[in-house]
Amino acid sequence: MSLKVSVKKRFKGFSLDVSFETNNEYLGSGKSMTLKCIAGIVTPDEGYIELNGRVLFDSEKKINLRPQDRNIGYLFQNYALFPNMNVEENIGAGLRLTSAEKKKKVSELVKSFHLQGLESKYPGQISGGQQQRVALARCIAYKPDVLLLDEPFSALDSHLKSQLQAEVLELLRLYEGEVLMVTHSMEEAYKFCKNLVIIESGSSALFGKTKEIFRKPGLVSAARLTGCKNISGCTISEDRIYANDWDFEIWTDSIPAGISSVGINSESFEIWDDPDKDLNVMECNIVDIIESINGYTVIFQNKNNINTANMYFDVKKEEWNNRKNKQELFLKIASDSLLLLK
Amino acid sequence: MTAGTKTKIPSLSSDKEIDMKLSPILISMKTASLAIVITFFLGLITARWIVKIKSEKVKMLLDGILTLPMVLPPTVMGFFILFVFGVKRPLGKFLLEFFSVKIVFSWTATVIAAVIISFPLMYRAARGAFEQVDQNLIMAGRTLGMSEGKIFWRITLPLALPGVASGGVLAFARGLGEFGATAMIAGNIENVTRTLPLAIYAEVAAGNMDSAMNYVVVVMAISFVVIVLMNYFTLKGRKYLYKGKVK
Repeated sequence: MSLKVSVKKRFKGFSLDVSFETNNEYLGSGKSMTLKCIAGIVTPDEGYIELNGRVLFDSEKKINLRPQDRNIGYLFQNYALFPNMNVEENIGAGLRLTSAEKKKKVSELVKSFHLQGLESKYPGQISGGQQQRVALARCIAYKPDVLLLDEPFSALDSHLKSQLQAEVLELLRLYEGEVLMVTHSMEEAYKFCKNLVIIESGSSALFGKTKEIFRKPGLVSAARLTGCKNISGCTISEDRIYANDWDFEIWTDSIPAGISSVGINSESFEIWDDPDKDLNVMECNIVDIIESINGYTVIFQNKNNINTANMYFDVKKEEWNNRKNKQELFLKIASDSLLLLK
Repeated sequence: MTAGTKTKIPSLSSDKEIDMKLSPILISMKTASLAIVITFFLGLITARWIVKIKSEKVKMLLDGILTLPMVLPPTVMGFFILFVFGVKRPLGKFLLEFFSVKIVFSWTATVIAAVIISFPLMYRAARGAFEQVDQNLIMAGRTLGMSEGKIFWRITLPLALPGVASGGVLAFARGLGEFGATAMIAGNIENVTRTLPLAIYAEVAAGNMDSAMNYVVVVMAISFVVIVLMNYFTLKGRKYLYKGKVK
C-alpha cells in the first residue's frame, strides 16, 4: 500500500504543510503514519514537512531533522511511559533544567494533571487513565510547538472513555499550542477537533471545519466516515433527484453541478402519519427492527420496489412507540436534510 | 597476604594437613575482575554499535566474527593472540622495542585471554537485551528531546539490565575458568600467570589431588557467590516490574 498525503493549511499560530508518499506496508488508512512522519519517528520516502515555517523534512534537499530537533510532542497510542521511572521522573524526562527548576515544574504539572500522591508510583502501578495523564503531562512539560495525539482513547475501556475524554479536553486547555489528533471515531473527532482532515485509504480526501464537514460532507467518502448510513447513486433532472439504489424521486431545489450521489442521515427521516401524501414521502417495507439502548434501528426498503437497497432509520423509542399509524410506515425525506455528494 | 604465601589448611579429602598456595587465588581474582570490567564495557559498546547498524548483511557478518571466540577452541584463539602479540610479530615487536612491554607470558596476557574468550558471551547477551527493548520507548525519548546518550543510559540500559547482568555473570564465570588460551599465551608461571584453572591442572599433573581439590572448592565458591550476588542486584534493579504487579 502506498500513502500519499497532501495537506496545506495555516492554523492560528501554526501552519502545517505536509505532502509525502511512502510505500511501507502498514495497516489502516495511514492516519497514525502521518503523525509518525511529522514527529520524525518514520521517515517518508519523499515529501516535504514544514512546521511554522521551519522545514522538518525535505526529500529533495535531503533535510531530515532528528525527532529531538523537531520540538513536536507525541502521545503514543499505548502512552510509552518509561517503566523504569516513576511518575515524577517520567514527567521530567525531557526537561533540560537545573534540578531545582525541574522539581518545581514537575510538581506544578503533577498538580494541574491531578496526579498528587502518585509521584513515586511506577507506570505499572497506576490505572490506564492515570497513565494517560502522565503521558500527556510529559508531552506538555516539554513545551512542544504542536502536540500529536495518536488515537488517545483506543487503549481505554469504553466505560472510562467518556469520562476521560472530558478530562483530556480540559487538560488540553492547559496547552497553548495546536493539537493534531488521529482517531477513527467520528464522535471523538466531533468533540475534540475544530478542523478535520479525512484520510481514506492513504490519501487525504477532505479538509475543513469539523462541524461543516459533518453537516455537509460533500464527498461520498466523507459522508460515510461521518456515519451516514444511507447513500445512493443518483441521476439529476431539473428540480428532482432520482436515487437509483432506492428507486425513489426526491424533489429539491438548487442542485449544484457534479452531484453523483445523495445521502440521508439515519436520524433525518420524519415519520409521516398524515393520510395526505406529501412530496418526498416513501412508503416503507420494514425488513427488520433492531433495538438498542435508547432507540430502534428500523431497516426498510421502498415498498414500491422491494429489489431496492436496505435503508436505515434510527428513531427514539418514545417516538416509535407513539406513532399513530402502526400498520404502515411512511417516511418523509426533508429536502434540507438531504446530503448532496460528489 | 602476599602472592606465594603458603597456608596450612586441613585437607578436604583426607585428614592430613597440606600446603595450599594463595597466589593462584589472588591472580585469578585480579585477572577475572579486571577482565570482566573490560569485557562488560567492551561488550556493551559493541552491542550498542551493532544494534544501530541498518544493513542486516553487515550485521550478520560482524556478529559472526565477534562470536567466533566463543565457538572456536580456546587454543585456536590462543594461537591467534600469539600471532598478534608474539615478540617476533610486528605488534609484539613494536610494544617490546618502544615501550619495553612484553605481553606474552606476562600477567597482562591472562587478562587479554580472559577478555577475548568471555567477550562473545557479554556481547551477545547485551545485544539480545537491547533488541528486546520496546522501540516506542526509545522513540518517545527522542520526541521528548532526550539525546541518544541520555536515552541509552536512562532508558535502554536500565530496561536491558537483567539481560546485560546475566551476560556479565556468564562472562565473569567464563573469564574465571579460562584455561586454554591462557595456557597458550601466558603459560603456567607460578606467582605470575598461574591462575586457579592452571593451578588445578598443575596440581593434578603433579599427582596432588588434595591440593587440587582445595582449588576446585575455591573456584566453585567464588562462582557461586558471584552468581547469587548478580541475581540479587538484577532483582533489585527491576524492582518496578515486581512493584507493578501490586495494585
